[in-house]
Amino acid sequence: MSHADDRYYVPHGSHWPIVGSVGLLFLMVGVSNWLNGADAGFWVMMGGVAVIVFMLVGWFGTVIGESVGGLYNAQVDKSFRMGMFWFIFSEVMFFCAFFGALFYARNMSIPWLGGASNNFFTNVLLWNSYESSWPSNGPGKIGGDYEVMGPFGLPLINTVILITSSITVTIAHHALLAGQRKILSTFLALTFLLGFVFVYLQGVEYIEAYEHLNLKLTTGIYGSTFFMLTGFHGMHVTIGAIMLTIIWLRVVKGHFTPKNHFAFEAVAWYWHFVDVVWVGLYVFVYWM
Amino acid sequence: MADHGPAKGFTRWLYTTNHKDIGTMYLIFSLTMFFIGGSMALVIRSELMTPGLQFVHPEFFNQMTTMHALIMVFGAVMPAFVGLANWMIPLMIGAPDMALPRMNNWSFWILPVAFGILLSTLLMDGGAPAGGWTMYPPLVLQTGDAFPFLIFSVHLMGISSIMGAINIIVSILNMRAPDMWLLKMPMFVWTWLITAYLLIAVMPVLAGAVTMLLTDQFFGTSFFLAAGGGDPVMFQHIFWFFGHPEVYIMILPAFGVVSEIIPTFARKPLFGHDSMVYAASCIAFLSFIVWAHHMFTVGMPLSGQLFFMFATMLIAVPTGVKIFNWVATMWGGAMTFETPMLFSLAFVFLFTIGGFSGVMLAIVPADIQYHDTYFVVAHFHYVLVPGSIFGLFAACYYWLPKWTGHMYNETAGKLHFWASTIFVNLTFFPMHFLGLAGMPRRIPDYSTQFADFNTMASIGAIGFGLSQLIFVYVLLTVKKGAKATDRVWEAPRGLEWTVPSPAPYHTFDTPPVKRVTQESFQ
Repeated sequence: MSHADDRYYVPHGSHWPIVGSVGLLFLMVGVSNWLNGADAGFWVMMGGVAVIVFMLVGWFGTVIGESVGGLYNAQVDKSFRMGMFWFIFSEVMFFCAFFGALFYARNMSIPWLGGASNNFFTNVLLWNSYESSWPSNGPGKIGGDYEVMGPFGLPLINTVILITSSITVTIAHHALLAGQRKILSTFLALTFLLGFVFVYLQGVEYIEAYEHLNLKLTTGIYGSTFFMLTGFHGMHVTIGAIMLTIIWLRVVKGHFTPKNHFAFEAVAWYWHFVDVVWVGLYVFVYWM
Repeated sequence: MADHGPAKGFTRWLYTTNHKDIGTMYLIFSLTMFFIGGSMALVIRSELMTPGLQFVHPEFFNQMTTMHALIMVFGAVMPAFVGLANWMIPLMIGAPDMALPRMNNWSFWILPVAFGILLSTLLMDGGAPAGGWTMYPPLVLQTGDAFPFLIFSVHLMGISSIMGAINIIVSILNMRAPDMWLLKMPMFVWTWLITAYLLIAVMPVLAGAVTMLLTDQFFGTSFFLAAGGGDPVMFQHIFWFFGHPEVYIMILPAFGVVSEIIPTFARKPLFGHDSMVYAASCIAFLSFIVWAHHMFTVGMPLSGQLFFMFATMLIAVPTGVKIFNWVATMWGGAMTFETPMLFSLAFVFLFTIGGFSGVMLAIVPADIQYHDTYFVVAHFHYVLVPGSIFGLFAACYYWLPKWTGHMYNETAGKLHFWASTIFVNLTFFPMHFLGLAGMPRRIPDYSTQFADFNTMASIGAIGFGLSQLIFVYVLLTVKKGAKATDRVWEAPRGLEWTVPSPAPYHTFDTPPVKRVTQESFQ
């Protein structure tokens, strides 16, 4: 039962949003209490996470059912696309905050602590003998001596992996448009496998940093920006790889047609977005 | 599919995807928050009625200033405008509903969670957050148990705002009636389009900033710690990169409301519709490059101060375009002065006062004197109370007949207007003098030389608070009013006046035909 395009489609009511709100309530109250030292908070938090996962599965399940059932018209499809675009824009701005912190530290606070601009006395009176340089864990050497994570080795391999995965997802997209299901599912599988390999190697890199380089989240501003930027990026790669897996499962079940495949494109956009963020990270966090 | 009415029982409100239901919930929620935040303001003004400490401890006073701001900004003004957007944008663009109705429901239902968490901090060890709504480190890191709750409630408010904004932007871009091209859209829709863009651009930055506070406090990062190479001032930069667009988020929809109302009651089309669009876009662009005018005294290179001073003063140009366009709309018009028009007129006058004091504050050498004094408090309350809040009142009176199908009590409305206008000036005008004389903000006690003006301001504040009960009276009695016609007013423009009053639960099942759209603007 599909609607003609000249008639609007309005979905029926849904209990999933309120379930999501209850999940958020438990998540936030739980994590706050946990941070304040109440151990029970951890379990409240995990309860919240479980409710949110339940909500996501149910909500997306409803929408997938409606989509496969042919309820959506071209206008709904376009609303979804626009919504995804603006969501990714908001994610870009979230990363901008952390890139902003990185640039501010490198170009402002570190040089100023070293006496640049009109901060001669800051350096002489407060942090005498501190010479500014990047990377730095600050004049107080917070976190102690450390080694820098260089741009070659694992980070370079990870760069190659992510860029390759962007290419494979594009091949899968072209295959979808051309109706070549075999190539589609193969290259989509390759994409999320590359994604999970990236996350695994990032884990290996973190262990290396913590155990051998003494580079930690607590290593001054360098450690803070390094781990917060790569950490949030790694989180997004993980989410993206999970989404790719789900899309792959849907492909295997026979979902998506050359004309109707919003979810595939949304996930592909998201994947390109995490890829672009990584290139920025590689250049500004690892390399320059 | 569309002929059924609302669902029965309370689950209607929990599960609804109807933009009118969700708009109503937003408006009621924000009115509730308006009274909670307002009573906190009254605690502040009671304490400041006379010099010395009389009613509350200084710590509690600081909690009140912080919570008052957070609740009014994120709980009252922003959700109220989102509520108006939900109610009116589909009606104004000829859409059946918002583009993403279920997400719409979620963006509302996150708010009670966020503010439940925020209000619960009043009962915690160490009290509610007391370091100011701007949450500057290192002060905010001294918050007690409330600290993580503050951070996460801000995250929730941000998630709600981003989802609401995505929904509004997609609705406007994708759901317009076939022949309503962009530059034909009503000004309220235009200003909300720009506001939604600002929201999506800056709320994630606020989320990033408070996340850094959280990790500095609990996970040992050094973002705002000079010893580790960070800088507390960095927080201020990131915060105000969010914070300055935020003030336009709170005023642009009010610009839109006033741009709808003044033409109706001047019985003339809006003067310079397209220039209004360009002016609002300019304001939005400039709002991204002026943030450091909030921090002139914090320590910044001279070149930075100069840049931010001139960029800030530049905003006066597009804002002036808007003010002059409103005046030109009224020029030679056949004006009548119903309550929405009165609030709009007061908006134009009093917002302009706030704008002028803003230009004064933009001047670096002057700002070094004014910074953190009551002059700043006077400035931003002039743009927020007779600015945003009056815009909201104007909108409520203007569209209430369309929402309820009944005319409100005009006498009570006028009384509400005059009481509010007199008391708002009595409250905030003396604060200019207090600030120029050097009274600092966020202080529970003051030197006796400031006593007279403070007493005036406190009397004004109590009067303003009580005046708002008239608004509640108007809302509660609106069903007893005369039946409203479909057009409600004599000469309104726009599609919302082509549907019955009250607007049926589902409007525009099919796109309105070209003729209807065009005639509605005659």
